[in-house]
Amino acid sequence: MNITFRKETFRDDFTFANSPETIRRYPFPFNEDSYMYSVNMEPHVRGAPGTAFDSLIDVDEHYVSEMHDRALVLKEDPLRCQALPHMMTAQWDTLELIMEQQAAGYPEHFSLTRDGDNWHWINRPMGIDQKFVFGDASTLPYEPMEYVTRQSQGDFCIVDQRDNNLWMDAGMVTTQADWSLDFDIGMNFMEWHGPVPLAHQIGVFERALKFLLNLQQGKPVRRLNWTMTINPRLDTSPENYPKWGPDRTTVTPENVGSKVHLRCELQSLWRLPRSNAILFVIRCYLIKMEEVVTVPKWARRLPRVLRSLPPELVDYKGLTRYRQTTIDWLSKFDDGLPTSPGIFPD
Amino acid sequence: MTINTDMTVRVVSITQVAEKVKRFRLERVDGEPMPVFSGGAHVVVAMRDGDLLRRNPYSLMSSPRDSSGYEISTLRVENSRGGSAFMHEKLQVGDTLVVSQPINLFPFDARGRKHIFMAGGIGITPFIAMMDQMLREDRSFELHYAVRNRIHGAYWKELTQRYGTHRVKIYVDDEKLFIPVDSILASQPLGTHLYVCGPAGMIDGVLAKARRQGWPEQNLHSERFLAPPPGKSFRAVLKKSGKTITVGTHQSILEAVEAAGIDAPFLCRGGACGQCETGVLACTGSLEHNDHYLEPDDKNSGRKIMICVSRLNGSEITLDL
Repeated sequence: MNITFRKETFRDDFTFANSPETIRRYPFPFNEDSYMYSVNMEPHVRGAPGTAFDSLIDVDEHYVSEMHDRALVLKEDPLRCQALPHMMTAQWDTLELIMEQQAAGYPEHFSLTRDGDNWHWINRPMGIDQKFVFGDASTLPYEPMEYVTRQSQGDFCIVDQRDNNLWMDAGMVTTQADWSLDFDIGMNFMEWHGPVPLAHQIGVFERALKFLLNLQQGKPVRRLNWTMTINPRLDTSPENYPKWGPDRTTVTPENVGSKVHLRCELQSLWRLPRSNAILFVIRCYLIKMEEVVTVPKWARRLPRVLRSLPPELVDYKGLTRYRQTTIDWLSKFDDGLPTSPGIFPD
Repeated sequence: MTINTDMTVRVVSITQVAEKVKRFRLERVDGEPMPVFSGGAHVVVAMRDGDLLRRNPYSLMSSPRDSSGYEISTLRVENSRGGSAFMHEKLQVGDTLVVSQPINLFPFDARGRKHIFMAGGIGITPFIAMMDQMLREDRSFELHYAVRNRIHGAYWKELTQRYGTHRVKIYVDDEKLFIPVDSILASQPLGTHLYVCGPAGMIDGVLAKARRQGWPEQNLHSERFLAPPPGKSFRAVLKKSGKTITVGTHQSILEAVEAAGIDAPFLCRGGACGQCETGVLACTGSLEHNDHYLEPDDKNSGRKIMICVSRLNGSEITLDL
């Protein structure tokens, strides 16, 4: 499949938009008309063509512009990419996984050839042709995780497994929903999930941790998470809160359709072979309200979901100021008919 | 939905390594590469023995980066439930088996400044793969390996040759040479991690000495695979599937459940990983908890059981399966 990469921005003039085909493949995070936290994990296997699950590391029309935005973030703040020293083996595991998946999913855009430890990587959309020695970081312009994640959409955390816990010991995080790698680095699974409301009380994290500690090689899993963002801004970091926090006060009934975005995270978790660490991919997908309502099922479902949210969750996700305005606008597109189960358009 | 990532493999060579130890080399029938893995990992090997489907965990001992095949070693155990007898007496070159993806319940701590391995007998196997990986990653390690005698002991010669006597120390029971655990543990630099694999008595003894010397719990690692111990036969009522089965004397609950055609989750089959934790709805008799997974509170509650190694001393158990 030949992708036409869009030239667009995620800051300043915000020219980001989805093509009609990309709207159809949006990983809509609600499988029913209400929402609550759950351990909603399923096997990360390839899904139908024309969905975001077609390839296990998804590349779409926003690829080139997202990689440009990541480079801008890193230039301003290099601490968005960090790896503790003991994570080097896991960095190489990550490089291999991403290169293999992108080359397998998009052979017209990426290729990887290997002769023992001598590897040759070609990334055509970004104009990169790199020969290097697998395992020898001096043969790459960056450390392996940074090198490969400057060429892959989504945030990446590598968590080390020890003492029956998972530890946030490396990551590339520039498209996050208001959390900071620099703040969380070195924390364990329970610590970095500390701020999430309600879920602790229903035991979600104990169960999720138990599940992940037994995550098997060759059997990645995925889940969808979501929030909302004003303007199509990828970098909604705590470090930059003054730049984007005030945007929440700018929503009016007139601009909801173009200003308010649903932000879905397709999270996939992979057991890494050499390091026994887990790669946690958090791929962010943005969609405008006016794009959502072009799919009738989603136009009906989204206002119903937003209405069903418990207040703690509304506050935690930062929707408080503009939720009602958004519900009012979306409700015009909800004719009250029942919706079909599952996330995909009818 | 589950994905089946098991691999069908052929036995391409069998080597008698020591008096009761054989090494098996396994390669994929479809010619695809085996996944690389991390030192300390094991696979579950499924073998057809007549009408019986056996599934046993074995540590991988080949080089973790070698994707052309996996190697495992097994000890011929007297009074075994049949797994080791099958491997030693029935399995031939050319036979096929099914192996799982690698699973590592005995990983080394990548932060360790130094790694000390203490192995007893066949407990050497996970360390063989770990040392191969550590050599490549330029980590500091040493092996203390106890064998009964030089004829029974597997791999001591090869390991000494490969890693040198400064890193590999051999202790022979018959020569009255024992691992000087206390003095080794007393003189280690900060950040040293200790790994023990061998008979249960050895593991308990070494860990107790380390704790007495004040080693932090996080720096102590051990792997003990339990074979499901035999016991009296009993009935198991499987609530969700609506079946009642009999668990035989030499059978685990998990094996009896699988023989009845019911899929139950499992990973290690040795009481360590927690995957087969099952709710106990009722039982007449007492639970015999043989696993290393459940907390004492869970064991005492009588509401949970690890069906891979634990059983009932009584007549009937009702399980949430």
